[in-house]
Amino acid sequence: MAAENGSARPLPELSGDEYLRYGRHLLLPEVGLEGQRRLKGARVLMVGAGGLGSPIGLYLAAAGVGHIGLVEFDAVDESNLQRQVLHGTKDVGRPKLDSARDRLRDLNPKVHVEGYAARLDRTNALELVKAHDLVVDGTDNFATRYLTNDACVLAGRPNVYGSIFRFEGQASVFATAEGPCYRCLYPEPPPPGLVPSCAEGGVLGVLPGLVGLVQATEVVKLLLGVGEPLVGRLLLVDALGMRFRTVKVRKDPRCPACGTRELRELVDYDQFCGVPQAAGAGDEAPVAEILPAELEARLRAGDPLDLVDVREPHELEIARLPGARLAPLSAFDAAIPTFDAGRDVVLFCKGGVRSAKAARKLQKAGFTRVWSLAGGITRWSDDVDPTVPKY
Amino acid sequence: MPVTVNLPAVLSRLAGGKTAHEASGATLGEVVADLVARFPDLAPRLRDAAGNPYPFVTFYVNDEDARFAGGFGAAVRDGDEVIVVPAIAGG
Repeated sequence: MAAENGSARPLPELSGDEYLRYGRHLLLPEVGLEGQRRLKGARVLMVGAGGLGSPIGLYLAAAGVGHIGLVEFDAVDESNLQRQVLHGTKDVGRPKLDSARDRLRDLNPKVHVEGYAARLDRTNALELVKAHDLVVDGTDNFATRYLTNDACVLAGRPNVYGSIFRFEGQASVFATAEGPCYRCLYPEPPPPGLVPSCAEGGVLGVLPGLVGLVQATEVVKLLLGVGEPLVGRLLLVDALGMRFRTVKVRKDPRCPACGTRELRELVDYDQFCGVPQAAGAGDEAPVAEILPAELEARLRAGDPLDLVDVREPHELEIARLPGARLAPLSAFDAAIPTFDAGRDVVLFCKGGVRSAKAARKLQKAGFTRVWSLAGGITRWSDDVDPTVPKY
Repeated sequence: MPVTVNLPAVLSRLAGGKTAHEASGATLGEVVADLVARFPDLAPRLRDAAGNPYPFVTFYVNDEDARFAGGFGAAVRDGDEVIVVPAIAGG
């Protein structure tokens, strides 16, 4: 692959100071001068500068990958710093693109970082992917993963995939000329809500370091054309058991992307993944919300409402609201008989997603006086009581 | 006919906190049925209401994707290892 792209563009020369900077690479026969020139001439598109993108960006820049395209629309949040090592405390509130560019430039000014302050979507994905030799998927949602995959298949660019959740991760290389793609592994995404996001379920901070560096390693190998890439294999990382193993990923002849090739253009990935387009547009029933200030006023007035915390028990020690009882979403169905249809029920969680789910369960069970606390504990802390920690 | 089923940590809490389980059956579907009979909370995470596999949970029998060997109809033998790999998207 590298040779393919390399042959279309002449390999750049190294400048004098680059010999010293990349000296340890030049000493490796598998890299050498030609390999380092290949890295310098390479164009890599990184989708996301978060948990996975942080180590990927740092090591690709350090290794001398000459052109790094970076797609990122988010801003640095304090809760990112536990794992997103590309950004620092001073960067909280800044666009991730800006802090990533600063950090990568400081690490290696020889590398050109081209930022795209946008969400990767069906209108920009193909053009961006085609303008690079390969793509590294460091996104955090299913819709963008299918989009990235399909754009890579359509454009004929390898997709270096990684994903993480809690203590476990996966990595592979998809969409090479001969190999399978992400759709061969997972033909369809789970329905929204079945798999919690890292923001809801948590993630061990060092895990994206492990998985991201597997991706960075695969990128460097692909660019150099050395070793055995993770094509047709899925690496499973279990950080708790500290076990790494690979299983086979077969190219599916029925795959609409890389098999039958009936997929000729990018589709609506939010729709494919069942993400509601806007409030009320999805299948999900609307849920009445109550604002923190309103809830606080009702509690202060002694309103006998049933205040219910739907978070998991281990989250209680982090933050709690006074007077609430616990009914975790994970076992919510079993708790429904404990609710009194004659009382107003206010459900809350960390950010408002889980409480809305619980509210829908109660509505389905016939309850009508149900509210979800808008913004959850996070907004309660902002609007009512800053001594309640946000997390 | 014991087969070892390896669950990811995220599903182990629905299976008594253990990731490795012994189960029996002549097909992958029977092995899954045997396991979820002991851990009913696990059932909706491994198969749909009709008892079929999901497109977002991949089962491996000895490192081979069972989708290419008949899905839940895939034959399993004594000593085989089944690995369950649900789709995850965090990054």
